[in-house]
Amino acid sequence: MIARRMFSWPTWDWRGAEELDRMRRQLDRLFGDLMGDFSREPTAGVFPLINVTEDNDNYYVRAELPGIKADELDISVTGNSLAISGERKILSESESAHYHRREREAGSFSRMVSLPGQIDSAKVEASCADGILTVVLPKAESAKPRQISVKTTS
Amino acid sequence: MSNSETKTLQAKVKRQVSTSAEQTRPGPTFTPAVDIFETETEITLLADMPGVKAKDIDIDLHENVLSLAGEVKSPEASNEKDILREYQTGKYFRQFTLSEAIDQSKINAELKDGVLRLSLPKVEKATPRKIMVKAG
Repeated sequence: MIARRMFSWPTWDWRGAEELDRMRRQLDRLFGDLMGDFSREPTAGVFPLINVTEDNDNYYVRAELPGIKADELDISVTGNSLAISGERKILSESESAHYHRREREAGSFSRMVSLPGQIDSAKVEASCADGILTVVLPKAESAKPRQISVKTTS
Repeated sequence: MSNSETKTLQAKVKRQVSTSAEQTRPGPTFTPAVDIFETETEITLLADMPGVKAKDIDIDLHENVLSLAGEVKSPEASNEKDILREYQTGKYFRQFTLSEAIDQSKINAELKDGVLRLSLPKVEKATPRKIMVKAG
């Protein structure tokens, strides 16, 4: 009886530890997923936050830059990376103004984005409307998807 | 002031709100960042609402509650595919309770480069009248 306990106990203990380890790993993964959900929307990144989309011909980079005029922005393209920099100015109001809330911020910013494919840097266009900057970057011919028609041999 | 001008802007995720009323159209709603300041004659509100067009802004002042609402249409064309998405677009909504009486007829709103400037002139107070107490 004692011998059996001595024999079986460590085995059970070892399996138990393995089981606990597996559970811990599962929990870690679960928490990792949860954390991943939070980190998908970056809480502290580089200003401005950007959205990048593509269609067959172009890449589109958009950023929300309220109160920034087009001439206050400095946009340049090198290779397949786009640099956006500038400064957001908030004009000071009259001396007699008492602030109740001040959530809008002024400051300088600079951001670099690498695009996944080659771009035709000569044809890049940027526009600013309603506080949204849109940069259209035409894809280089080599980066465009090519439709390949399948020939039927009759 | 010069110190704040040279500081580097930090990216902020737009704050999302959950409105008490259920929405008929799905989609996220965000609270715009605002500056509010007051002078002797008026209260001015500046709100960052990028992507909103002037016709899509709805400002309402009812029983001292000021509501700001703005609709944003998705700037992307339907055939565009996402590569990187760091911010979401959606509606803007924010409400404020005003303690001062506002002259509703003189409210002025202006939208420029995604920033709304709202001037809320205070009702002119009646000049204080001094009442003399006569000694009988």
